[in-house]
Amino acid sequence: MLGQLRIALRAGIVTEPPARETDIEQLGTRLAAEIRARFGRSLAIRQVDAGSCNGCELEIGGLTGPHYDIERFGLHFVASPRHADCLLVTGPVTRNMAAALRHTWEATPDPKLVIAAGDCAGDGGIFRGSYAVVGGVCEVVPVDALIPGCPPSPAALLAGLLDALGRPR
Amino acid sequence: MAPLVYALTALLGAAAVVIGLSGMLGAPWTVHVAWLVPLGGLSLQMDALAGLFVALVGAATIPTSLYAIGYTAGERRGCVAYGVFVAAMLVVPLAGNVMTFALAWELMSLASYVLVLDGARAGRESGASAHAAWVYALMTHAGLACLLAGMLLLTAWTGSARFADWALAAPALDAGARSLAWVLLALGFAAKAGGVPLHVWLPLAHPAAPSHVSALMSGVMIKLGVYGLLRASFVWLAPALPWWGALLLLIGALSAVIGVLYAIVDRDLKRLLAFSSIENVGIVLVGVGGAVTFAATTLPDLALLALAAALAHVVNHAAFKSLLFMAAGGVQHGAGTRDMEALGGLVKRQPWTAACFLVGAVAIAGLPPLNGFVSEWLTFQALLQNVRLPQPALNLVFALAIAGLALAAGLAVACFVKAFGITFLALPRSAAAAAAHEVPVTMRAAMTATALACAALALGAPWLVPALVRVGATLVPAAPPVTLDTWLTLDVSADFARLSMPAVALALAAGVLLPLALLVVVRARPRARRYETWSCGRLLQTARMEYTAIAFADPFTRVFDFFYRPARRLDVDRHPESRFFVRRIRYENPTRFIVDEWLYRPLNRLLRATTRRAAIVQSGSPNLYLAYVLAALLALLLLV
Amino acid sequence: MHVALLAVLQVLVVALGAPLLIGTVRTVKARLVGRRGPAPWQPYRDLRKLLGKTPVVSETTSWIFRITPYVLAGAMLVAAVAAPVLTSRPPLAFAGIILLMSLFLLGTFFLALAGLDAGSAFGGMGSSREVAVAALAEPTVILAVFTLALHANTTNLGGIVEHVAAEPLLTLNPAHLLAFAAFFIVMLAETGRLPVDNPATHLELTMIHEAMVLEYSARHLALVEWAGAMKLLVFLTLLANLFFPWGVAADVSAPAIALGLLALGGKLAILTAALALLETAIAKLRLFRVPELLAGSFALGVLAVSAVFLLR
Repeated sequence: MLGQLRIALRAGIVTEPPARETDIEQLGTRLAAEIRARFGRSLAIRQVDAGSCNGCELEIGGLTGPHYDIERFGLHFVASPRHADCLLVTGPVTRNMAAALRHTWEATPDPKLVIAAGDCAGDGGIFRGSYAVVGGVCEVVPVDALIPGCPPSPAALLAGLLDALGRPR
Repeated sequence: MAPLVYALTALLGAAAVVIGLSGMLGAPWTVHVAWLVPLGGLSLQMDALAGLFVALVGAATIPTSLYAIGYTAGERRGCVAYGVFVAAMLVVPLAGNVMTFALAWELMSLASYVLVLDGARAGRESGASAHAAWVYALMTHAGLACLLAGMLLLTAWTGSARFADWALAAPALDAGARSLAWVLLALGFAAKAGGVPLHVWLPLAHPAAPSHVSALMSGVMIKLGVYGLLRASFVWLAPALPWWGALLLLIGALSAVIGVLYAIVDRDLKRLLAFSSIENVGIVLVGVGGAVTFAATTLPDLALLALAAALAHVVNHAAFKSLLFMAAGGVQHGAGTRDMEALGGLVKRQPWTAACFLVGAVAIAGLPPLNGFVSEWLTFQALLQNVRLPQPALNLVFALAIAGLALAAGLAVACFVKAFGITFLALPRSAAAAAAHEVPVTMRAAMTATALACAALALGAPWLVPALVRVGATLVPAAPPVTLDTWLTLDVSADFARLSMPAVALALAAGVLLPLALLVVVRARPRARRYETWSCGRLLQTARMEYTAIAFADPFTRVFDFFYRPARRLDVDRHPESRFFVRRIRYENPTRFIVDEWLYRPLNRLLRATTRRAAIVQSGSPNLYLAYVLAALLALLLLV
Repeated sequence: MHVALLAVLQVLVVALGAPLLIGTVRTVKARLVGRRGPAPWQPYRDLRKLLGKTPVVSETTSWIFRITPYVLAGAMLVAAVAAPVLTSRPPLAFAGIILLMSLFLLGTFFLALAGLDAGSAFGGMGSSREVAVAALAEPTVILAVFTLALHANTTNLGGIVEHVAAEPLLTLNPAHLLAFAAFFIVMLAETGRLPVDNPATHLELTMIHEAMVLEYSARHLALVEWAGAMKLLVFLTLLANLFFPWGVAADVSAPAIALGLLALGGKLAILTAALALLETAIAKLRLFRVPELLAGSFALGVLAVSAVFLLR
């Protein structure tokens, strides 16, 4: 226990500043100013895996680590969609997960955002056209922004999230 | 005809309240009618303590009788027994000599036995009802035997069967004799009160009886056992010895913890309430034990404080337990079952009953601002001052009692979260619960009146507690340890502790309304949107997903498994053709009752073995019987 | 007049300071593991954002679900007036630790009911575990404060504070230290901190407190979170001011109260750092080891009480 503490304290703060560039696609002009005003300083994110290969999840997992640390911007992950302001959806939305994704979206209180992460979430990615896949998150719930990549790196995810909120880096 | 009998009983109760209060506050009186009762005559004696208990029985009878009118719905069976029951309970505190007491006590037990048998038969559980009534009759008569033994001993030693004479003659008896009499009387009264290990009849009899009878049995009948203990320890056999009090403390703490532990794992709503009665009797016995110990060690003001705390809990428990039993009866009436595994969602089908049960649950859990909090607080304050006792052994007993009481208080909260939450909230777990109907207006009126009484007892604590101190002072003369100060604050033991229930209630009301008011002012209250419960996106949300009563109690079953000693059984029925296909799985994990297994079953076995041996005497041969007669005649001629 | 003003001041301090306390714990925890972490005033932003959202309420729930956040917050606000936060004689301190613990139990009672009300397995599980932990922690709290009450010959929290303040050597008394250790462990259990419960977990099967709150959203969630923060603040205040009451105002004059506030801030800063360090260093206990931990703290409490009698 003390050994771990010693290692952590010796390493110091390793958080990196966020990237300058971003590939985020803003879909729709849904109340952009209002979103910035409400969620600019505090956003609760609920991550939904709609049939993804887990590549995006691994990258999203890196966001809470010391290097990318989304908490410093007031963003944090929550367990229940009732607590969430933003759904971060990955995966091509398999047919089995379509209804579940819809339920999750309905369970989230308004006003809410949906950010699709990864190429699969955009239009099905490499699974596009498969019989098991609905084909992109926008087919099931209205999407506000898409962060492309297969998978998008944590830096890209972070920059994309900040951009969606209109936060200056 | 039945509603008329119940109405008359309610009027009797009202009269009893008036008589009792006048006895409490006014002068004592006696009535003696020599020819009415054999061997001593009818002797009634009213003093402050008797007045309190008469008023208590009367006050509990009024709403219960009103409730009975709606609950029995014109059913004639049991109404006369009910009337007799109430009348007998009113005579017990007033009894002034042995015969009157024994007669009233036995009449009370007999009437309740009939009612238990009737109620269980009506509930179509005839096998269980016979067993419940049998155990009840057995324990009551065993208790009566001890009581009579003690009382007859005292009669022989003091030369008189009148209680007033015992109070005068007791100090002259030596400590051993008094202790023997006390033990016998305490056994009898503790059996009636339901202290562990003499409690086994309570969880059988109280659920079996109809709800208005259960309300009275739990609310006031078991308190008459406490009344007897108070009389025995402070009046008939005074001065008390310290170990009497220590014993009562230990029994009380044990009853409190054991009672609530069994209540938590129960799935029958009324049996849960019965075990909870055992817990509350434990709390009262802790107060009484503390009072006896303090009185025996010449700390009369602390004794008076503990006594007042015990009396306060007696009154409060009568109020909220009868409310809870009435509400449970309402559930049984509306949904047809009292098995919590088949209930649920009743807060929407029976809103009035649910609200009344909630008031009772908050009160019994000892939460502010209701009355359970006041009496538990007082009991703690009395116990926490035990540092003034010089003997470390007694300090240890008190510390154990405090820890036990605190544990019981916490467990009681858990127990009533379960009782209210599983029964009333979420989705109904059976068709019967889904189709439940609200109870008739008489039952609702009775429950509401009792709920209001609970609130009144809480807010009226500044006047109730000093009144109880005055009643206690007739048993333990001392300067009042609780005085009423400014802002309706009760000052306990000269600033050892203070409590102002009205202030607490007001503060809570303000605290609850403040956030609401703030949100209204800043207009931050958008209308809520209704959707289904979050179930991780699962497509089917049914009542099967809910927590069950047994699941809720699972952490306790695990933590206390050394106490519950569950007898786990797992039967897996496999398909004869292949052992990989399972046809049926049967899993049982019932808790075993420690007292039954360790005390009563061995006693039962011993009794049976002894009677088997003794049965040799009855050989059936008339020649042997003639020989017995001859031997007895010879023995009598020789000895006499 | 004074009494009312004091009550308002204490309520303000507790109500407004609680989110800052939670935020500070999070920031310190983040720094200890090499992250920048959120700002200490982030919880204020979170609460403000939550107030602007539209609640989603389950159809399965009843009026119990709707009133619980208000009852919970109300109970905590009354606890703010009953604990010796700024001065040694706050308005409701007379009733002692039993009133405080009963107020916390009132909140737990209703929150557990709300957890059951939604009809989900998570809510029931959270309720069941939470009341079990609360019930098992109850005796230890009573015994720990009883130790102090024995020395001070009063259960009035203000009286205890004044007594310990008047005898500084009492803080080194072994009974005192044992009671502090027992109370600290119980504080971890009651406020849902590691090692009993991880407040930041997302795994429902490991949740105790959070599982009951999964169904709440918007302003109801804001009230529940705020009440949780106030509970932590009141518990830490009790730890600081009952066991180490230096700086607690003895009278209701302005400079004394200002000093009391500063002293409280300092003590809370130390306790917050200690709490953050502890949470970073140890892992969460398996659920059915928690009763063993609580039994251990109960043993410490019994030792503390025995120490008082033995060292009399």
